[in-house]
Amino acid sequence: MGNEDSSATTNAGEADFGRKAAMALLAQATVQEMKDFWAHWADKPQVETLRGPETGLVMMRGRIGGGGAPFNLGEATVTRATVRLGNGAVGHAYALGRSSEKVRLAAIFDALWQEPAYRQTVEDTILAPIAQRLNDNLEDRRAETAATKVDFFTMLRGDN
Amino acid sequence: MYVAVKGGEAAIRNAHKLLADRRRGDRSLPAIGLDQIVEQLALAVDRVMAEGSLYDTELAALAVKQARGDVIEAIFLVRAYRTTLPRFGYTKPVETSQMAIERRISATFKDLPGGQLLGPTFDYTHRLLDPELAEDGVVETPDHRVEAPEHTPRVTDILGHDGMIEADGDMPEGLETGDLTREPLSFPLERDLRLQALARGDEGFLLGLAYSTQRGYGRSHPFAGEIRIGEVEIELEVAELDFPLTLGRIRVTECQMINQFKGSSKQPPQFTRGYGLVFGQSERKSMSMALCDRALRARELGEDITAAAQDEEFVISHSDNVQSTGFVEHLKLPHYVDFQAELDLVRRMRGEHERRESENSETKEAAE
Repeated sequence: MGNEDSSATTNAGEADFGRKAAMALLAQATVQEMKDFWAHWADKPQVETLRGPETGLVMMRGRIGGGGAPFNLGEATVTRATVRLGNGAVGHAYALGRSSEKVRLAAIFDALWQEPAYRQTVEDTILAPIAQRLNDNLEDRRAETAATKVDFFTMLRGDN
Repeated sequence: MYVAVKGGEAAIRNAHKLLADRRRGDRSLPAIGLDQIVEQLALAVDRVMAEGSLYDTELAALAVKQARGDVIEAIFLVRAYRTTLPRFGYTKPVETSQMAIERRISATFKDLPGGQLLGPTFDYTHRLLDPELAEDGVVETPDHRVEAPEHTPRVTDILGHDGMIEADGDMPEGLETGDLTREPLSFPLERDLRLQALARGDEGFLLGLAYSTQRGYGRSHPFAGEIRIGEVEIELEVAELDFPLTLGRIRVTECQMINQFKGSSKQPPQFTRGYGLVFGQSERKSMSMALCDRALRARELGEDITAAAQDEEFVISHSDNVQSTGFVEHLKLPHYVDFQAELDLVRRMRGEHERRESENSETKEAAE
């Protein structure tokens, strides 16, 4: 496995950046979102599952003092899958949790994203709504937290 | 001679059936769903994830339900489950400085960049039972305050600039990060392994030890420099891709404890630190962890080891509640043969004791 998409080597760094962001969004999609996007995907490719979906663990790490040497904090469940589309494009997906269906579909969308013909559609119809939801959640949380910020005031005493 | 005794299969089967019945309780009441446990008993779920050392809210909720709310039993179930799964790898360390903050307070600086953010806290509640909660009343939506995101530096970084406080902890060059799930512990430990053990350690045990340091058993003059709660991103390097993959986000609680240190021949007087990092929203646990981390650095800082909380082998060997409960609760299992042997032994000893007594009184009488 690896980077089968040879056209991406022209500006690999940029493509990696885009794909990293795309895969990050797919990992944070809900299973319902993935199912809905797949149900609405018009021209469904042939899909061969190369690996998984399988659930395992990752050991997550922290840093001593927040920024020092690493230590092992504890594990999390992770599910991963690898698929190959009819035209040979290979997609991978890894996500926290145990949702096989979500991760299998995410791997398909990762493969589709790598194809120039489909990239824009994946970006617009799948990644954009996920990003919007995540961002709305983040903004909501931030505003709710900001409302609990302490505004200190000083009582003036005496007359000087 | 060893005699195997069989029996009790039917009793065990029926006992487990009875357990299932009692767990379900009154059938006229609706069963609670895992989503309800995740949403409404979130801090119990967090504790099971932290001490089960497995981040998965749904599994932790299932464990809470299966254990009838017995948190240590739930932790046990989660630990047992994790042994059935393969491990894909080690993630990159989480960056708590990049946390999406939901609560952040400092007891050492009033006006710090980013401010004091109280978040969803029990602090300042009056701890009066709320009869309204017994009814299923409408809950108001929280207030919003929209403002530009502010930089929220760690308090320890603010103090760090002029050397008043020690740096984040480093480990010796080239040292591989220890993992107690792979290698049995052998004492003395490095700080990374201690932190791993503390992060999954029993909250009650660590709380008691932390309290003991405040009461003078290994005193370390602590201040809560900063506590922050929020979500951090998890990234994993995988062989098939050239870039670290984002797997999602988890919620953690971080505590930076700041402690006095009078200095040593090697170091000038400065503030030292204890560190706590725990899955979920768990302020008490992260504070206890930070206090224990600091106390356990006594050897490294050249302090006298006089108290239980400073004794690494004592603290770490007894902090795991699954190990502790296993050994304490195994006393319930049949020890019939062991006990028979002890009974014989005590009978023999008593016989000898009585014989000696009577011999003594005879010799006494003879002497008189």
